[in-house]
Amino acid sequence: MHRIEIRLKNHLTDARGLGLVKDISDLGIKTVTAAHVSDIYYLDASLPAKQLARVCRELLADPVSQDYTADAAIIDETRPGLHVVEVAYNAGVVDPVEETVLKATGDMNIKGIRAVKTAKRYLISGKLTRKQLIDLTAKLLVNPIIQHAVQPGWHPFAATPVYTFKLNRVEMLKAKKSALEKIREQYGFTQGEFKAICDYYKKEGVNPTDVELETLAQTWSEHCVHKTFKASITYDKTIVNNILKSTIARATKEMNKPWCLSVFVDNAGVIEFDDKHAICFKVETHNHPSAVEPYGGAATGIGGVVRDVMGTGLGADPILNTDVFCFAPPDFPNEKLPKGVLHPKRVYKGVRAGVADYGNRLGIPTLNGAILFDERYLANPLVFCGTLGVMPKDKTQMGQQQPGDKVVVVGGKTGRDGIHGVTFASEQLTEESGEVSFTSVQIGNAIVEKKVLDILLTARDRGLYSRIQDVGGGGLSSAVGEVGADTGVRVDLEKVPLKYAGLSYTEIWISESQERMVISVPPQHVAEIMKLFASEDVEAAVIGEFTDDKRLSLFYKGNQVSNLSMDFLHKGLPQWQLTAEWSPVKNPEPSFKPPADLGQSLKSILATWNVCSKEDVIRQYDHEVQGGSVLKPMVGVNNDGPGDAAIVRPVLSSDKGVVVSNGINPKYSQLDPYWMAASAIDEALRQIIAVGGNLDRVALLDNFCWGDTRRPEMLGALIRAAQACYDMATVYGTPFISGKDSLYNEFEYEGKLISIPHTLLISAMGVMEDVNKAVSMDFKVAGNSIYVVGATKNELGGSAYLDINGETGNSVPKVDAKTAKFTMDKLSSAINQGLVLSCHDCSEGGIGVAVAEMAFAGGLGAQINLKTVPLADEMTRDDYVLFSESNSRFIVEVPPEKKTAFEKALKGVVFAEIGKVVKTTDFEVIGLKGKPVLHEKLADLKEAWQKPLR
Amino acid sequence: MSKVKAIVIRSPGANCDGEAVFALEKAGADVALVHINELSRREYKLADYSILLIPGGFTYGDDISGGKVLANELKLKLGEDVDRFVNDGKLIIGICNGFQIMIKAGILPKLGDGELPKLTLTYNDSGKFECRWVHLNVNQKSPCIYTKGIEQMYVPVAHGEGKLIGDANAISANNIVLYYADEKGNRNAGYPFNPNGSIKNIAGICDDTGRIFALMPHPERHIMGTQHPQWTRLGAKAYGEGFPIFQNAVKFAKGL
Repeated sequence: MHRIEIRLKNHLTDARGLGLVKDISDLGIKTVTAAHVSDIYYLDASLPAKQLARVCRELLADPVSQDYTADAAIIDETRPGLHVVEVAYNAGVVDPVEETVLKATGDMNIKGIRAVKTAKRYLISGKLTRKQLIDLTAKLLVNPIIQHAVQPGWHPFAATPVYTFKLNRVEMLKAKKSALEKIREQYGFTQGEFKAICDYYKKEGVNPTDVELETLAQTWSEHCVHKTFKASITYDKTIVNNILKSTIARATKEMNKPWCLSVFVDNAGVIEFDDKHAICFKVETHNHPSAVEPYGGAATGIGGVVRDVMGTGLGADPILNTDVFCFAPPDFPNEKLPKGVLHPKRVYKGVRAGVADYGNRLGIPTLNGAILFDERYLANPLVFCGTLGVMPKDKTQMGQQQPGDKVVVVGGKTGRDGIHGVTFASEQLTEESGEVSFTSVQIGNAIVEKKVLDILLTARDRGLYSRIQDVGGGGLSSAVGEVGADTGVRVDLEKVPLKYAGLSYTEIWISESQERMVISVPPQHVAEIMKLFASEDVEAAVIGEFTDDKRLSLFYKGNQVSNLSMDFLHKGLPQWQLTAEWSPVKNPEPSFKPPADLGQSLKSILATWNVCSKEDVIRQYDHEVQGGSVLKPMVGVNNDGPGDAAIVRPVLSSDKGVVVSNGINPKYSQLDPYWMAASAIDEALRQIIAVGGNLDRVALLDNFCWGDTRRPEMLGALIRAAQACYDMATVYGTPFISGKDSLYNEFEYEGKLISIPHTLLISAMGVMEDVNKAVSMDFKVAGNSIYVVGATKNELGGSAYLDINGETGNSVPKVDAKTAKFTMDKLSSAINQGLVLSCHDCSEGGIGVAVAEMAFAGGLGAQINLKTVPLADEMTRDDYVLFSESNSRFIVEVPPEKKTAFEKALKGVVFAEIGKVVKTTDFEVIGLKGKPVLHEKLADLKEAWQKPLR
Repeated sequence: MSKVKAIVIRSPGANCDGEAVFALEKAGADVALVHINELSRREYKLADYSILLIPGGFTYGDDISGGKVLANELKLKLGEDVDRFVNDGKLIIGICNGFQIMIKAGILPKLGDGELPKLTLTYNDSGKFECRWVHLNVNQKSPCIYTKGIEQMYVPVAHGEGKLIGDANAISANNIVLYYADEKGNRNAGYPFNPNGSIKNIAGICDDTGRIFALMPHPERHIMGTQHPQWTRLGAKAYGEGFPIFQNAVKFAKGL
């Protein structure tokens, strides 16, 4: 074995080391003076000295910036005040760098390297107690899920485990009640589900094998089959039979839009874009893995949703990512952190890095997103990853394989990654989750996925496969099981390419290793498609074939390990019977007096975690790759203002675009989940309108993240939110095309249950005829008029303003969808006629925040008068008018010569001119009584907004 | 007259090939998007083209260091073909990861057999990958054929390893083509105008002939007016500021 250590040359700045010093200081340890990070490569080989030197000099070390030592005694350990920690991957975690080093040494014609492992060595200078060192190692350097601190005598290349085949049948036919109960608990079935399974096997007259039970557990898991949304629920003295069908999907069905090409049946929803192209969109969550291993969890979240798009219809090309995260505040006190929970700052940093690394490597621009904060996300952060894809119009429908077509797995090899990830996602986290769930975390390798993507579309266009499915939650079990549902399938599990030896047949079948796709290939195309994959070094293997017997037949080296009826697997699950209830909350009405000067309040709202600038995160995502961006996430005179929706060109040579936005406000859900959902929809649509889009061809996605819906009040809240989805979508004329739910987002700590706030993310995509008509939110020219469009109501419940005053209130913002649609249609038409220079939607912080953001983004002052704001309720408080969060409102900039035309275009809409864009550096507000109530320098407002997450 | 033939190399992890093809095609070239394996197997020959573009991305995941593994592969498997391409008076442009690859493969600055690079591209001073728009000031004394007629250019960067370091004498003053600057052309404006901390604020370099050119920023992402981050303020121009780079290349190649 060779050990090569690579270090930055002494005279160069070690950015990684500096970052570590800062992180250690953030932990409260101020005695560390310097840190350096070096990279270690272990080669399982014995190379001649000359070859080893070549590998170091010409490949691993950069001659300009780095020094190396090969097989040298490990130095430095004994210097006083120097603390050394080496961190390596755990056995079984596949290091993506290994394959690359093997490839590169192969190119150099160096033979005999059997395996490669990497590690990192941290050299930390300064005074540290042993306890402090252990503490910072645990909190900053090592995630025990995938890594460990190396102890003396550690050997990186463990012996390969051996697997000896043994068929495991589970005795059920003759089992006693207590034994049966144990089996039920082990696989996580409900009583009703388990009874159906017992009845099935009684009828078949055999005992199940372990892999059959695993397959049933995966296929029937909440994650895969959405039992709650399909349940029969007693609610408010009526029966809600299947929430999905009776609300969200019903809206789509009733509207029956001809441009909806594929809804709710495939991995993503598909709509028509132009004569030749369609676009598809999917948003997924990856919450539980991100809670225990933020970097890997988030990275594989991106990888998974991108594969969803790759596996839609006959395959689509991803062109945009959107990410929404919900975390606990980054300043959460360390000492209050429950055991087994990662600090929110670490989760935040890890998730950001995971999304950036994976998304950037795939070359998909991250053009849009949001980050929200609430303490109730402490142990259960939410990570929503969305991808939009483009595809030819004749490839939008799911394929259909024929018996005899081969089952081909393409892309990543299979290891133990993510085993039981699906059932894990459907359970509550406990403080032991971090320890027991280590195999649940999947390790991603973006380049493997990129390679598959690059070649797959060629295979699609040559018509070499009949159907495609991504391998995600539940592994091959879900993917192959689903594709084979209507025909039957036979798989020989030993043919699946493995990362390492030692996997049992069950592990192979349920592993959630990343970057895999399953395709069905007609026999006459097998040779051609395998040659195509091989030409770009993409792993692919024929692992079985589709049959006509409607059985799931699995074999391992000729031994049958599963013979399960497809009908039972996919139709045997008994419908859940649940109860739901909901009753409104009554909070104390806020009693604080309006402050005389609202400047401080405005600055406080701008500085809240939710409202403040996310520029630092946004800049770490590539939002320019592929060249399609028309409106970027940051806009304005210094490219740092908060844009509304993003606009992208799916086809670079066309002026037609897609507008993408998100709406989310969990703060309203504690007041009424119905209006929370309505507000989220309105917000997503407002943003589309604000940039120049329209409602003519807008499709929505829903993502419900909820607590434990087995509790009636949780389920009642879910039903209310879903009802709002139906009520709103049908009036706006915007169908839902796909969705997802993640339930059981709760955390038990010392007997206390922490549930996340009910969180509904609404993602919207709209087609825009001409991207040249887009407008951004930054003020453009001094002297122009500022209008507010839409009525302001006394709706401060759950608002950012009450929040900074320690109140919640009751008057949650409602939505009058009919009026809202009328307003949006009229405003959209005004923007399309070129009458508007800038437009921003009013959301958190109301008019005050919206105008302030437009002013500092444009580098121009603003004067507004609250007396001119159209009010729908009687309102006497300046602070309430300025910060009310009523929905369906916009701030609009109109040049003097277009005022008449603009006002004419908005005939019938509630709107008013409230002030002017001015050539000062100030934001001034005149109150209801004609007196100044706010006068702030733009620079101060911007600083308040930029500082928190800079 | 037949079109200028350009080749864009695709490889595992390259991801700016789409916009590179678009830019070259818009500039009038006939573009082939070819996988590195297809070149290695000689299914395509470099000699059939006049312009070679090495696009940005994360080739082989940027494992070991940015662009290193593809640089190694190019040098070992296609070194002679690249040398001949250069000697035939043809054009090479490397963008972002393409710059890292060219510098590490010894294509620019050109290295002799066994000679190790004296310059490299390493981690940004910020320690982060950053995507932002930068103003580039063009060295009017440079022989670079791509930047003819351009004084200042506004284009995006998107990289984590873009800081040029090493022996500044390894490159002559004239062969420095692009400097990071502020909107007025001031080359010493500091971060974030110089987004990575490159020595002498260098953003792009060329060889003595001006035909071999590499840069960290992305001119191929500013081909259309609506790609400018402030087109909604300033109005959209007919073409983006990066477009002349490709027009110049195609125009020059036409004369070959």
